[in-house]
Amino acid sequence: MSNASAPATGAWTPALIQEVIDAHKALPGAMLPILHAIQDRFGYIPDAAIPLISETLSCTRADIHGIITFYHHFRTQPVGRNVIHVCRAEACQAVGSRQLEAHIKKTLNVDYHQTTLDHEFTLEPVYCLGNCACGPSIRVNDDIHGRVTPTRFEELADELTTAVVEVK
Amino acid sequence: MTTTVYVPCDTTAHSLGADKVASLLERAARERSLDVTIKRNGSRGLFWLEPLVEVDTPEGRVAYGPVDPSEVASLVEAGLFDGAQTHERALGLTEEIEYLKKQQRLTFSRIGITDPLSIEDYETYRGFNGLKSAIARDSQSIVDEVKTSGLRGRGGAAFPTGIKWQTVHDEAPGQKYIVCNADEGDSGTFADRLVMECDPYLLIEGMTIAGLAVGADQGYIYLRSEYPIAHRILNEAIVRATDAGYLGMNILDSGRNFHLEVRLGAGAYICGEETSLLESLEGRRGLVRAKPPLPAIEGLFGRPTVVNNVLSLAAIPYILDHGGQAYADYGMGRSRGTIAMQLAGNVKRGGLVELAFGTTLSDLMNDFGGGTLSGRPLKAVQVGGPLGAYLPESQWNNPIDYEGFAAFGGVVGHGGVVMFDDSVDMGDQARFAMEFCTVESCGKCTPCRIGAVRGVEVIDRIRAGENAEKNLTLLGELCETMVDGSLCAMGGMTPFPVQSVMTHFPEDLTPQYAKEAGGTPC
Ligand SMILES: Cc1cc2nc3c(=O)[nH]c(=O)nc-3n(C[C@H](O)[C@H](O)[C@H](O)COP(=O)(O)O)c2cc1C
Ligand code: SF4
Ligand code: FES
Repeated sequence: MSNASAPATGAWTPALIQEVIDAHKALPGAMLPILHAIQDRFGYIPDAAIPLISETLSCTRADIHGIITFYHHFRTQPVGRNVIHVCRAEACQAVGSRQLEAHIKKTLNVDYHQTTLDHEFTLEPVYCLGNCACGPSIRVNDDIHGRVTPTRFEELADELTTAVVEVK
Repeated sequence: MTTTVYVPCDTTAHSLGADKVASLLERAARERSLDVTIKRNGSRGLFWLEPLVEVDTPEGRVAYGPVDPSEVASLVEAGLFDGAQTHERALGLTEEIEYLKKQQRLTFSRIGITDPLSIEDYETYRGFNGLKSAIARDSQSIVDEVKTSGLRGRGGAAFPTGIKWQTVHDEAPGQKYIVCNADEGDSGTFADRLVMECDPYLLIEGMTIAGLAVGADQGYIYLRSEYPIAHRILNEAIVRATDAGYLGMNILDSGRNFHLEVRLGAGAYICGEETSLLESLEGRRGLVRAKPPLPAIEGLFGRPTVVNNVLSLAAIPYILDHGGQAYADYGMGRSRGTIAMQLAGNVKRGGLVELAFGTTLSDLMNDFGGGTLSGRPLKAVQVGGPLGAYLPESQWNNPIDYEGFAAFGGVVGHGGVVMFDDSVDMGDQARFAMEFCTVESCGKCTPCRIGAVRGVEVIDRIRAGENAEKNLTLLGELCETMVDGSLCAMGGMTPFPVQSVMTHFPEDLTPQYAKEAGGTPC
């Protein structure tokens, strides 16, 4: 069930990427919609997408690279089966997110922007999920969880790993 | 007769297991062969009670909460489907819950009552009345009504909405835009999200009225990517509103058009700043633009553009339906109407509190909030997001009003109230303010880009006991440079929380303190 919101990891080909670009290129200000669509479809923005976007939207590769790196949401590397965003902002700090953050890093044995060796989890920071009355909050793929204690996190991580095994 | 049971569908309810509660209730009803309909309503914004389950009874809706999935069985056993009130989670009639009853909900009058996507529900509770009134008027009279209301922007800067609209209205006819700022980046805020997830037609109606007022036929909602549920609900609401004739071509046979599209941000706090937002919408990096020109004159794609926060736009339907004066009758001084305050952080009863301007923070945090979640004494409260000062107890009795807050260096901003108990290390909070700026600065100007990095370093040195005196002076000077020399409020206000710690909690910025508290200085 939790797997329903797992990030897309479809294999890309230049033709498939071009298809995604073409579906959005007519929009005014098409750049962000295109980058979102590519990442949603393939899990990240492959380097190969840059010359294709550059060609279609008539802008330089350097521009596109600058845009991708400006926004924290976009990534250029494949991610694990689950992406975990930990809220680092003030309201969550007030209810123990600093301890939770340390616990998660230790449990998964990764730092932010890293993926576990088994490719199960990628860890990312986030600054507020809008769940500030019920923190600490984390986002696992598209699901937001509130009042996450270290124990609750371990249960969640277990559920996610088991779910994957069952599917296979 | 079928019994209706309500289980909220917003992010917070969802984050605490509402989906599971809904499916368990459904199963329990089936097992008992009861005729029960589970309706997914919006949240009432009483977050400490989520998931808040409601049941229709002849006396009105009764509530149960917070309902953990593990408690569903015992609640059903105790007669939840009949509205029985013996279980310890039973709360009586929803409308009688003090926290809700004491509020003045003008903008949030419908949240939690309706199914967010049901146009019928929306219409039942005066939905689209404001739009119908607007269609019957000329554009200047719509703008005048907004001016009469005294509404000021709820996104942070508190600029009078009517005057902004007048500027765009007065620009020569041609392509104009309405852009809704739904980037809601401030920690401790969720009111925009509640509008979008629990009453999306309210925002659609407000934006459509704005379009009629200034002569714009295209709107964009710039939504932060951290809000996947709001994204889904808004997109569906736009489709349904268009099908029902409230949006798109020839709205309600008026001959007027208004098209609306949601665009996703990509995790950049600075894109909440309006010119950065416009850059982002145009497909570039979110670098802040120098003003002038104002977006009202040269905004999106160089055209006259209204940029308004979700809450500013969501106040409009009430104003057009009941008249600007009815809205202006609430409030104090130059802060008219109601403000949606959001209780967050270390709070026992967190949630949305909509009240006329003029209540005190102390009333909010104690009467509504019930003090801290931990039960320990309150130490500091950050109002107005990450760029707002940390307020000590001596400032909690000031009434909430834009001018009053500004007078003592406070920021009402978007209404976030983040509470901290006495276990907080304010040195950590000062450091975080600078760190956040290093992560989120757009990088266009030096005081902000470099200043924030230096700020973190200097605070680390102070806390490590290296030349503490000298470094404190340096930190003070650095703050002043950032305030005076930054192009926008990101760099210009990041010092506010830092300076407030230096002024009101100086003991937390000394090396001794860091040691005693067992904190790591760096
Ligand atoms: C760093 C920074 C972040 C901001 N973030 C937001 C935001 O998330 N949402 C918002 O509505 N306004 C935000 N603002 C304020 C906007 O620049 C702008 O004043 C507002 O969108 C105007 O709408 P209003 O008049 O309805 O408030 C931010 C400003 C700054 C300087
Ligand atoms: S103050 Fe910071 S965020 Fe604002 S324009 Fe300068 S560098 Fe960009
Ligand atoms: S501060 Fe963590 S969800 Fe808002």
